[in-house]
Amino acid sequence: MAPQAPEGQAPEGQGRRDFARLSDDDLATCVHCGLCLDACPTFRVTGLETESPRGRIYLMTQWKRGTLPFDEEQVKHIDLCLGCRTCEGVCPSGVPYGRIIEAGRADVEDRRRPSPKRAASRIALRQLVGHPGRLRAAGMATRAAQRLGLTSVFRSGRMLPKLRRPFRRPGDDVAPAPGRARYRVAFLTGCVMPILYPESHVAAVRLLQLAGCDVWFPAGERCCGALFAHNGDLAGAERLREANMRVYDAGTFDALVVDSAGCGAHLKDFYPGLKGRVKDLTEWLAEVGLPKAESELNLRVTYQDACHLAHAQRIKKQPRDLIRSIGGVELKEMRHPDICCGAAGLYSTLEPRMSNRILQEKLDDVIATGADVVTVANPGCQMQLEAGLRARGSSMRVEHIAETLLRAY
Amino acid sequence: MLPEAVVAELRRIVGRESVIDSANDLRIFERDGSIEGAVPDAVVLASTTEQVARVMKVAAKHKIPVVPRGAGTGLSGGAVTIRGGIALQVTRMRRILEIDPVAQTALVEPGVVNQELSLVAAQHGLFYAPDPSSQKACTIGGNAAENSGGPHCLYYGVTTNHVLGMEVVLADGSVHWVGGDVPDRVGLDLCGVLVGSEGTLCAITKIKVRLLSIPPSVATLLAAFPNIETASQAVSAVIGHGIVPAALEMMDSVTVGAVEAHYHAGYPTDAGAVLLVEVDGIAESTRELMAAIGKILAENHGYGLREAQTPAERDLLWQGRKGAIGALGRIKPNYYLHDGVVPRSRLPQVLSAVGEIGEHYKLPVANVFHAGDGNLHPNILFDMRDHEVLHQVESAGEEMLRAVVELGGALSGEHGIGLEKSAFMPWIYSEDDLDAMHRVKDVFDPAGMLNPGKIFPDPSRKAVHLAGRTGLAVEAKWW
Repeated sequence: MAPQAPEGQAPEGQGRRDFARLSDDDLATCVHCGLCLDACPTFRVTGLETESPRGRIYLMTQWKRGTLPFDEEQVKHIDLCLGCRTCEGVCPSGVPYGRIIEAGRADVEDRRRPSPKRAASRIALRQLVGHPGRLRAAGMATRAAQRLGLTSVFRSGRMLPKLRRPFRRPGDDVAPAPGRARYRVAFLTGCVMPILYPESHVAAVRLLQLAGCDVWFPAGERCCGALFAHNGDLAGAERLREANMRVYDAGTFDALVVDSAGCGAHLKDFYPGLKGRVKDLTEWLAEVGLPKAESELNLRVTYQDACHLAHAQRIKKQPRDLIRSIGGVELKEMRHPDICCGAAGLYSTLEPRMSNRILQEKLDDVIATGADVVTVANPGCQMQLEAGLRARGSSMRVEHIAETLLRAY
Repeated sequence: MLPEAVVAELRRIVGRESVIDSANDLRIFERDGSIEGAVPDAVVLASTTEQVARVMKVAAKHKIPVVPRGAGTGLSGGAVTIRGGIALQVTRMRRILEIDPVAQTALVEPGVVNQELSLVAAQHGLFYAPDPSSQKACTIGGNAAENSGGPHCLYYGVTTNHVLGMEVVLADGSVHWVGGDVPDRVGLDLCGVLVGSEGTLCAITKIKVRLLSIPPSVATLLAAFPNIETASQAVSAVIGHGIVPAALEMMDSVTVGAVEAHYHAGYPTDAGAVLLVEVDGIAESTRELMAAIGKILAENHGYGLREAQTPAERDLLWQGRKGAIGALGRIKPNYYLHDGVVPRSRLPQVLSAVGEIGEHYKLPVANVFHAGDGNLHPNILFDMRDHEVLHQVESAGEEMLRAVVELGGALSGEHGIGLEKSAFMPWIYSEDDLDAMHRVKDVFDPAGMLNPGKIFPDPSRKAVHLAGRTGLAVEAKWW
């Protein structure tokens, strides 16, 4: 990685010219076998090598080694990567694709001309998402706009769920376990999730309490930085990490529980200081166990893997086991549940056309299950699938896995 | 680069965005799963047979070479546009048009991914038998063009045994159906000629394949051996007893180490070699067969015998085997893979020759292969960024193939001749043989526009850039 420099810019002569963040050794792990191709959602819909992991690695390798001139036109292939990391799971060579694409994106950001859309998203990230107070204010403004029907004018506005009162942490920063606590866990409140999907957090915290955990909400905790890192702003992500680590280091906890797959994956990869204590909600619940549920449901559920859970964290079994453990629930698998839905963080806003092509294939598979509920483990997937199903006039409900599980209690 | 007028003509056929002609983007299409690369003049994505035919007509009119391309996972350079021209990509033709559960057949487009067909067929209790290790990504069209094999081809046969008929487009743009709906054909077997023709005779646009019933019972056994020679002898012993397992695969210790690092499938990393044996059929017979095989393996120095207890355990063992070649990237970033076949009884000799050649050149060699078929896959491991080593790799590969041929073997078991082995064809074929093949080629593609530079030795080919211009641009006399 480039030496520390202000504002995520590598010093002149390093990142700018030499793709200094991309590691040649990482790139060289790709043997060009092509086993990743059909695991890549953008390859599946385009059939193009340039929109495949192998093609993107090949492109970045040529840039890194100076055998292909930097061509701004070709940056679109990097932009079109969802960052879903499905390819990593199928790669027999162990290519660290997630690390490569993050470094490649940061290197590319140093060289490309800024586009209005990307510049706006970067400013929004830095000025809004990194600051919980400002984000809450924006959430309130959006709620007001939704009541007036203003948000339906924009595509990204139509994507949004109907906002409710944002999630509020308890007054003394702890939601205690009923009775004697078996564990003390920290809970990542996060940036957009408390505004977009407060009910997911409410359900997640309730489940943790049921599982015998005191749930601690670290004061001063900010956005984990995942959205920054995924969009080529590694310096922004590093600043947030430093701020958050100060908060975490000041507390004691058995695990930092995360109910958003994208954040969990980022914390596991990018926060070595947390030393294996980061746990996805489903991973943690499977580990510590939930009490036996009281009620018998009558529900057909299909589960959409979140890319950053299934591929980045390799967690596929635990959420399914938890869903199956509820009486009266039938888990009906869709075709290719572990292929991305096209949400991918800011991707659906930055690359709406490709995002929609991928979404349409996904909706076909989801609807074919005839399920009552699509269960997800990440807010981005939830928003994408809700918007897609709404547009198709489907009555299928999308909910976070915490909500599905809590139905039984 | 193609003249602008030709590009415009192609765009009128397939649509604007389905023709790629930007020089930098074309570089990304210069390779397949093998090492050598060459940049196409254009990539054209067809969505229908009609588009393939019209593209072919344009190419014929302007004398532009055409190379059909699927997923580009091939290992012999079959999809590399060595003379430039059009890479005619069929990855968008990925519909399964029909599955007939009674006749046990499927009609598919060429871009259908091998594993996807088996996934869909499984709903009817059926599967598609040829299972190349790249089956997660490779296409049925590519499989038919290369006559691909796979671990289970020992028992079930290779692709040609499963293709009933094909719709093909010839170099002049004419569309034909060869073969039929039933396995037994009368007359000369045109479909058989075209399967395995490596894109040199036609582009394939539809394939009718045979599906088989998923066997009710499968048993998979892993056995360790002190070394590769004892494992080879065990293979001969099993088959010598008249047993033909569904699959009989070998991995050496180098491969096992790499595989275990990724898959954690429980392969014994201290063994000199391991065998993976699978039998299928009705439960009583698989049990009986497996007991017999276990006894033979134990008598031949096999130890640590472990039968997969669950389908998940079996899948994991197979994932390890099928991802083995890619897993070698953990040792060195590049592999050079040969695919020779020898009569099974010569396996111990050829493997010790391969080992000696590797030692002589100080190159690590990883063996992972279809032992039951005598089909070797010695992988020479190296780092392309090391300029000095490239000539060594080249010479070692050639010597290994020579050893195969000297022991009465053939150049390729399942990867095809393609680019990489065309110069060796005279080792095993006389001039008369090659001439006969040329005359077949002339019948289908008289102007020589379909995948030129493949299969047949090319006297004009002297120097190439090994490694597809990864910055090395080594002027190597490659074969």
